[in-house]
Amino acid sequence: MSTPTSESSDRYAGERLKLSPFYPRQEELNIREAWSAWNGYKFAEYYYDTEYEYFCVRNLCGTYDICPMQKYEIRGADAAAMLNRMVTRDIGRIRLDRVAYSVWCTDEGRMIDDGTIFRLAEDRFMLTCGAPCTAWLARSAFGYDDVTVTDITDDLAALSLQGPTSCAVLKKMGLEGIEQAKPFDIRHFPYRGESLMVSRTGFTGDLGYELWIPRHLGLQMWDDLYAAGADYGIQPYGEAATNMARLEAGFIMPAMEFNEALRTVHFEHDQTPFELNLGWLVDFRKPHFNGRSALLEEKRRGPKYTLTKLDVEGNRPADGSYIYANRRCTREVGYVTSAMWSPAVKANIALAMIRTEYLDGPLWAEIYYEKELRQYSRVARCMRRDKPFWTPARARATPPPDY
Amino acid sequence: MKRYDAVVIGAGHNGLANAAYLAKAGLEVVVLEKNDYIGGAAVSRELHEGWTYSNCSYVCSMMRQAIHRDLDLARHGLLLVPYLGTVNFGDGDERLFSYHDEEAAHLELKRHSPHDADAMHRFQTDLMRYSQLIRKTLMRTPPDPTSFRPRDVMEILYLAKQFWSLGEKELYEYVRFFTMSAADFLEDYFENELIKGAMASPGIIGTALGVYSPGSAYILLHHVMGDVDGNIGAWGLARGGMGAISQAIASALREHGGEIRTEAGVQQILVENGKAVGVALENGDEIRAGIVVSNLDAKRTFTQIMDRSDLPDGIYEKAKHFKIRGSSGKVNIALSGMPKFTGVPDNPYLNRGGQAFTGTLETMERAYDCWKRGRWSDDPFIESVIPSAWDPTVAPPGQHWMSNFIQYCPPKLADGPWTPEQRDAFGQTVIDKIERYSPGFRDLIVHMEVRTPHEIENEIGLTEGNIFQGELTIDQLFFNRPFPGYGQYRMPVKNLYMSGSSTHPGGGVSAACGANSAREILRDLRRPNTVPVDDFSDE
Repeated sequence: MSTPTSESSDRYAGERLKLSPFYPRQEELNIREAWSAWNGYKFAEYYYDTEYEYFCVRNLCGTYDICPMQKYEIRGADAAAMLNRMVTRDIGRIRLDRVAYSVWCTDEGRMIDDGTIFRLAEDRFMLTCGAPCTAWLARSAFGYDDVTVTDITDDLAALSLQGPTSCAVLKKMGLEGIEQAKPFDIRHFPYRGESLMVSRTGFTGDLGYELWIPRHLGLQMWDDLYAAGADYGIQPYGEAATNMARLEAGFIMPAMEFNEALRTVHFEHDQTPFELNLGWLVDFRKPHFNGRSALLEEKRRGPKYTLTKLDVEGNRPADGSYIYANRRCTREVGYVTSAMWSPAVKANIALAMIRTEYLDGPLWAEIYYEKELRQYSRVARCMRRDKPFWTPARARATPPPDY
Repeated sequence: MKRYDAVVIGAGHNGLANAAYLAKAGLEVVVLEKNDYIGGAAVSRELHEGWTYSNCSYVCSMMRQAIHRDLDLARHGLLLVPYLGTVNFGDGDERLFSYHDEEAAHLELKRHSPHDADAMHRFQTDLMRYSQLIRKTLMRTPPDPTSFRPRDVMEILYLAKQFWSLGEKELYEYVRFFTMSAADFLEDYFENELIKGAMASPGIIGTALGVYSPGSAYILLHHVMGDVDGNIGAWGLARGGMGAISQAIASALREHGGEIRTEAGVQQILVENGKAVGVALENGDEIRAGIVVSNLDAKRTFTQIMDRSDLPDGIYEKAKHFKIRGSSGKVNIALSGMPKFTGVPDNPYLNRGGQAFTGTLETMERAYDCWKRGRWSDDPFIESVIPSAWDPTVAPPGQHWMSNFIQYCPPKLADGPWTPEQRDAFGQTVIDKIERYSPGFRDLIVHMEVRTPHEIENEIGLTEGNIFQGELTIDQLFFNRPFPGYGQYRMPVKNLYMSGSSTHPGGGVSAACGANSAREILRDLRRPNTVPVDDFSDE
């Protein structure tokens, strides 16, 4: 593990952030010094310009460092059974070299986190998630004889490549047959004496892939990818652009759309999968799993709130707005979780948690904004949208187009 | 023979937008285009295999967001990508880099002049104030100042209120601004010649004026008041070239049931009993319609496809003298690689923006002198952009195309008509100038398309090759556009309307002219309005 300066001469060594294996290149490219942190790693908020990076993802391609994302290897004869007990989806239905998105809940059916599960062998899985869940995995493995959970976060270098030219770049890099990979497929390629794993996954709603390689080859892979991508507009993008892209795709973020159940102090200030519109991830046909009975009850009763996609009148983002059922803003029925002006869709989009019984009625957002130090507000009509705001055909096409 | 509710002449982006809004209101609409492709001056064509040029207009900032959103042009395939990083080239080694980042931009100006770096804040604030006022009028029909109809009176009051909110001092400044030259305007802020040259260049683009000519300050504003996603002054590229804008609007039009016919040039607008009743095509066919909308420029409409005897007195003369002087050329060049420019660091962000070969105010004025004498400029002002650095769809990977807009190039040469040889010589002048700043540039050329005003007029029908369908000078703006008394899209013959850039708010790929015109037509037909209002809540 590398730290910025491991010598004891650095008296602050103990509180410095860890560095990604890609850091030498990121440092050079982050000319705005716009750093934040993710899971203990120094992490770029943006590198050059948020909007520029966002447009690379929508128009060319960009890379997003997913080294800080937590990765666990779960192996053993009981691995599938253990995961099946823990998450809401049916592990038995995930075929070899396929990825599935899932959530996991407390016994009360409140969501702990979401993540992706990679089936790498009959008895070997990789689970990835945004925040560490070592303790919960240990608890979930309790009672299973043949399962070992290993945190492999720091053993791997992982990079997400997203955008319309991403497939062309991988082809240029020599990954033969990558264009045949369907969404959520995994492919393995020999690479400098090791194996490069590529999954057709991502967090942008667009065509994209994620690359996984032993950590010591990370920087080399970055260089090879960037050499291949030079004529395809490759550019690193940070947290800010990711947040724009995922909102257009309608994807949820922890601490925005949901509050992790194990970190929630107040009663029902966490969420259920049904509230987050993720009921399709809950498979009641499989044997018992965490939260099953609570979720069955929730399904029968219907969720109290429903995460809803909104197209908001005007162009002021409805950040932090309350949602009302009437224009006079006296009947409050929900709150906005994320909002932005979408440059690609040309719409003022938002995700909002809305009390389910008010979903079909009129919805109004009260939006506050500042103009040269003075506060203004406006009330804007909101239209519900069922589909994600951004769903290009190329994201589903196999083989995908070159741009 | 089918009778349409409306026939629109010319499938430029404004004609298509006009038709789309009429079709959205339930009208049966047909758009007639003389060429075998649509788009007018917002067009993308593949003239050399693998390369798609934006043959005429090449960047955009005026496109009305309200229309983009309302017609759901994103779903119809339109993506506008803002581009960054223009380099201004001085006559010698001086370079001015424009950075998107505020701190970087300030430091760069300071390198040239600490005074101007500070002055830039005041300049941009003033421009922003002026822009905001004009921007509010883009999607509104100008009032008739002589009319006492409640609608016109209300509109005048609205405008008065907007002007009044500037405050007394700024009101004077504003009025002065409209009659100033770009050079005089800039002298009030800047001292550095390179910076003045760089800031002045939008003041002459597409116009037969020089930087010292009164009126060029407004042209400057016209070029910086646009926006991309609310970032006023930003410019964007359409993915797939500017034709993608026309194609997306056409797709929306078809979805609403509208028709487009190509290779259907209009010979004559048919007028019976003082009313427009349809058109006669060049192939002899007639198309009858309840109303006729001309998306052609005012001069072409009234002097070429109308019978003079169908027009009220004076209109033919007004059209004949409508100021629509061609002043610019366009050279599109396919390149086998990315050109390198002297004095520009190897910063990929800078090299992916635009190049403006501006020199000083003096350089640009000398270039104008050539135009006055009926020659193309021997040291022209060139505004270039390399769209392929941003758009993966317009050139093969690793290869590029460069759009070059050249000022000045006259519609008629002093020593005779344009010939293919003269056109090529003009192209060589442009390449020679670029080569001066990019040694080896010539060796990268794979293909080129040279367009003088002569080609622009003959191919896409802009009289004299004027890119704005008429000069943007105050005598031809707002309620004076195209002529005093006809600023509300209704033309002197009943049931005849105009929708192109010869009407308010003028040139640029905004779709506002077409949409505004549709709103007036729907009002006359007593149909519900389908045209959105511009939203300024972000300003």
